[in-house]
Amino acid sequence: MLYLKDRGYAPRRGESITPRAVYAQRREFLGKLAAGSAGAALTSWASGDAIAQTISPGKRPPLPAGKSTVSGALTMDKLTPYSDASTYNNFYEFGTDKSDPARHAGGLKTQPWTVVVEGEVRKPGTWDINALLKLAGMEERIYRMRCVEGWSMVIPWVGYSLAELVKRVEPTGNAKFVQFVTLADKAQMPGLRSSVLDWPYVEGLRLDEALHPLTMLAFGLYGELLPNQNGAPMRLVAPWKYGFKSAKSIVRIRFVDKQPRTSWETAAASEYGFYSNVNPKVDHPRWSQATERRIGDDGLLAKKRPTLMFNGYEAQVGQLYAGMDLARFF
Amino acid sequence: MHALLSHRATKPFLFMLALGPFAWLLWGALNNGLGPNPAEALSRGTGDWVLRFLCLTLAVTPLRQITGHTALARLRRMFGLFAFFYGLLHLLCYAWLDMGFDLGAIVRDIPKRPFVLAGTLALLLMLPLAATSFNRAIRALGATRWRQLHRLVYAVVLLGLLHFFWMRSAKNDFAEVGVYAAVIALLLGWRLWAAWRARAMAQATRRPNARLTS
Repeated sequence: MLYLKDRGYAPRRGESITPRAVYAQRREFLGKLAAGSAGAALTSWASGDAIAQTISPGKRPPLPAGKSTVSGALTMDKLTPYSDASTYNNFYEFGTDKSDPARHAGGLKTQPWTVVVEGEVRKPGTWDINALLKLAGMEERIYRMRCVEGWSMVIPWVGYSLAELVKRVEPTGNAKFVQFVTLADKAQMPGLRSSVLDWPYVEGLRLDEALHPLTMLAFGLYGELLPNQNGAPMRLVAPWKYGFKSAKSIVRIRFVDKQPRTSWETAAASEYGFYSNVNPKVDHPRWSQATERRIGDDGLLAKKRPTLMFNGYEAQVGQLYAGMDLARFF
Repeated sequence: MHALLSHRATKPFLFMLALGPFAWLLWGALNNGLGPNPAEALSRGTGDWVLRFLCLTLAVTPLRQITGHTALARLRRMFGLFAFFYGLLHLLCYAWLDMGFDLGAIVRDIPKRPFVLAGTLALLLMLPLAATSFNRAIRALGATRWRQLHRLVYAVVLLGLLHFFWMRSAKNDFAEVGVYAAVIALLLGWRLWAAWRARAMAQATRRPNARLTS
C-alpha cells in the first residue's frame, strides 16, 4: 500500500525569508543602537511580540476559535497582512476593481441573515446566521488562497468544515452536487448594475468535495468576524481551488443531482471550468498558471513563485480526482 | 488663450506635468504606496497613461483646427513622445516585474496571451515615430513623407485599444475600455469627416458648376 505523504506542515520555498516585521524591527533596533537607546529596545526585541502572526486587527467583533486539527489546515506560510487581505479581492457585486469591495461593501447588512438549505436533503430548512455561528466549534485555519488571476495570499480563516452542516441536513441518495447561491441585492450591491456576470453569483462543488474536511464555511478571518468585503456573514473556502470557487455572502445551499452551472461557466465556459482546481500544468486559455505573486510577501522585484498542484493540498485532496483527466475537467 | 499657449514657459510646464504620473508611480513604488499589488499597479498605471497620451496627441490637430489656436501644434510631438515613454515603462513593467527578464518565459507567454502581442506591436510601431520626432528627421524625410510615416499613430492607437479590450475581456469588464473607445472613435471619426469634407471642397473648387447643380 502506497501512502501519500502529508505535506501539510512541510516547510516550503521562501520560508526562510525574514518576515517584513522582523526586518523592520531590526532596522529600528539598529537605529536605536546608533542613537544610544538600545537598552529599552532590546527588551521588546527579546520578547518577540512583533513576530507573532495572528494579531487581531481590532476592526470587527472578535470570533474566538480553537486550532484546527484538520490535516493541511495550518500552512506555515507567512500570513498576508490584514490590510491587504481586506482591501484587495474580487467581489463583483461591489465592483470589478479589486479595491471596490472594501470601498462599497461597508453598508452590507449581515444581520439578520438567513441561509436556505434545500433540494435533495431529508431536512431542508432556513437557518439563521446566529444558529450557523453556533453549529460547530470554530476553528482557525490558515489556508493558501490562489486567485485565477495569478496572485495569492495566506489567510487565517475562522469557521468549520462544511461537512458539519451537510451531515445535519442529511443529503438523500440523489444528492451528487452542492450549489451555492449568493446574495444579489441591488439596493446594497452597486456592482449588480453591470452585466459582467449573470446574477446571482452561483458556484458549486461535487458532494465529495463539499464533504472534504478542508472545505470550510468561514465566518471570520484574523480572529474576527468577516469584513463585509470578504464575504460576510458566511462564505465558502475551498483552498485547493481558484478563489472564485469560494462563494461569498451565501444565502442558499442547494443539493442537486446534476452538475450545476456556475456563473463563470455561463460567462466563459472555455475559460472557467466547473472544477477549477489550482493546477500549474493546466493553463488558463489566455495565461499561464505556472507561477503566482504572493501579495504582501514577495517584493516588487522578486521572481514569481511556482504554483503548487492543488495549491499545495495534493496530499489531502488528490485522491478525489484519481483517474480524472484534469486537463479536460479543468 | 493664444498668449498662454504660445508662452515660453507653457511647453516646459506641460513637460513637467506629463512627468507627474511617472513621479507619482515611482514615489509609490519606493514608499510602498501602490497598494497590495504594486507590480500590477505599475503595469496598469503606465499602460493607462500610454492610452491617455495617445488620445492627447490625437486631440491636438482637431483642437487646433476647430479653435484656430495654431500654437497647439508645437505640443503634439511632446505628447506623442510621452506616450512612447510610458509605453517603454509599461514594457519594462511586463518584462521585469511579470516575467523577471526571462526571455524563454516571455516567448512562451506571448502566444498564450495575444493581447501582449497587440501591445508589443503597438510599441514597435511607435519606434519609428519616436526615432523621427526631431526637426532634422523631418527635414531629412521631407514633410510629406514624414506626415505619411506618422499616420502609423492611427494603427498604434487602435492596437493599443485592442490590447486593453483583450486584457479586460478576461474579466468581462468593458466599462473603461468603452470610454477610451468612444474618445478614440471621436478623434479618428473627426479626421475621416475632415478628409471627406476637404475632398468634397476640392472637387467643388475644381468643378465650380458642381456647387450650382447640387
